[in-house]
Amino acid sequence: MTQEELIPLILNKDERAFTLLYDMYSKSLFSVISNLLKETEDAEDTLQEVFVKIWKSIDSYSASKGRLYTWMLNIARNSAIDKLRSKGFNNSKKNLSDENFVNLLEDSNNQNNRIDTIGILEFVKKLKPKCVQIIELLFFQGYTQQEASDELEIPLGTVKTHNRNCINDLRTYLKV
Amino acid sequence: MDTKQYIDSGILELYVYGLLSETENDEVNQIAKENPEIEKEIISIEKGIVNLSTSFSPFLSSENFEKIKAKLGLKYSKVIEMEPKSSWSKNIGWAAAVALLLGIGYQYTQLSDSNNQTIIAQKEKMILQETVSGLELKTKESQMALAIVRDTKNSVIQLAGQAVSPQSSAKIYWNKETEVVYVDATGLPEPPKGKVYQIWSLKLQPQLTPTSIGLLSDFRANDSKIFAVEKTSDAEAFGITLEPAGGSKSPTMEQLYTLGKV
Repeated sequence: MTQEELIPLILNKDERAFTLLYDMYSKSLFSVISNLLKETEDAEDTLQEVFVKIWKSIDSYSASKGRLYTWMLNIARNSAIDKLRSKGFNNSKKNLSDENFVNLLEDSNNQNNRIDTIGILEFVKKLKPKCVQIIELLFFQGYTQQEASDELEIPLGTVKTHNRNCINDLRTYLKV
Repeated sequence: MDTKQYIDSGILELYVYGLLSETENDEVNQIAKENPEIEKEIISIEKGIVNLSTSFSPFLSSENFEKIKAKLGLKYSKVIEMEPKSSWSKNIGWAAAVALLLGIGYQYTQLSDSNNQTIIAQKEKMILQETVSGLELKTKESQMALAIVRDTKNSVIQLAGQAVSPQSSAKIYWNKETEVVYVDATGLPEPPKGKVYQIWSLKLQPQLTPTSIGLLSDFRANDSKIFAVEKTSDAEAFGITLEPAGGSKSPTMEQLYTLGKV
């Protein structure tokens, strides 16, 4: 099932399409949310809000303006950041070398349920630390290129290509 | 513009991440619409990052989906009815009309067949999700049981079988600080209909004084056979008797199944 097949069903408000949408993207969005919000309860509440918001405002999505996934990703990131602020946290800076999305798997609670991720975990271990950091900042935290360039102390012009190289390694591994 | 160069610039990744300004975003949309190679590249980047992030998702309980559905009032009851469209005009002969109708009829059964199959698959999925929720609940139950057994703050009191049922046994886990009491009833036979086990905390001195601290109701439904009962602070022994449903004010000593001193 691709976005192209899913969108007409969704716009038709076919409730079965909602199950598909959830199955396809909930875990991806949950990892982004959980990476920003450490408390499981906050993350779960936010994920629920996000999917309620997605379904209720699906009419405002237009395929001509971008990918469905990107639209949902922005809702998820913004909702998680709103939640952080409502709890009085600023989007506080993490120590990137030891606090990043890879930690999400190191919670012992998760590993029991995650036999399927052993492969990708091995891959990420091989991934250069610089790649983990840049994916963390751009994808998981939604930093702008300028912010990422300041944070990582690399020239603005190389942020994009640097990230591209990291995603290429990932795609070679995943064969996509 | 050179397609390869455009792709290699890394702008498409930022497009998928949702980080471009509106102008840049519109530009990519426009180019992707005209250039299938770029469109294909975007889809691959999306697959890669969805796959990566999905792998890093913490455990996501199916309760969340149930809650979302409840908030949205979704029940999956909506079935799309397929209306057969039969129309003929005077210009088409009867034969053609009959053929058309047969065709439509055939299509209609095919359509409702596949519609039914989708609905069946959906139902199966819901049943599976319910099973998963049930299993999660069971896991929680056994995790709780394990935590009680492992808790070193708990004193363990072995209750031995008595005259009416020498084979029976039970254990009491009692945290003397918090006064919380759990009963492990795995060694007790299933109570007959209309009967229920009642737990007593006993004071031995100056005279035997039993105090009821609870009934093991829902004996059959509790798989772990670990029951939380009321707190006690001053028990010197614990006993379990079989009593009529609802319990008794004082223990029926003839039906004393197990007993043990602290």
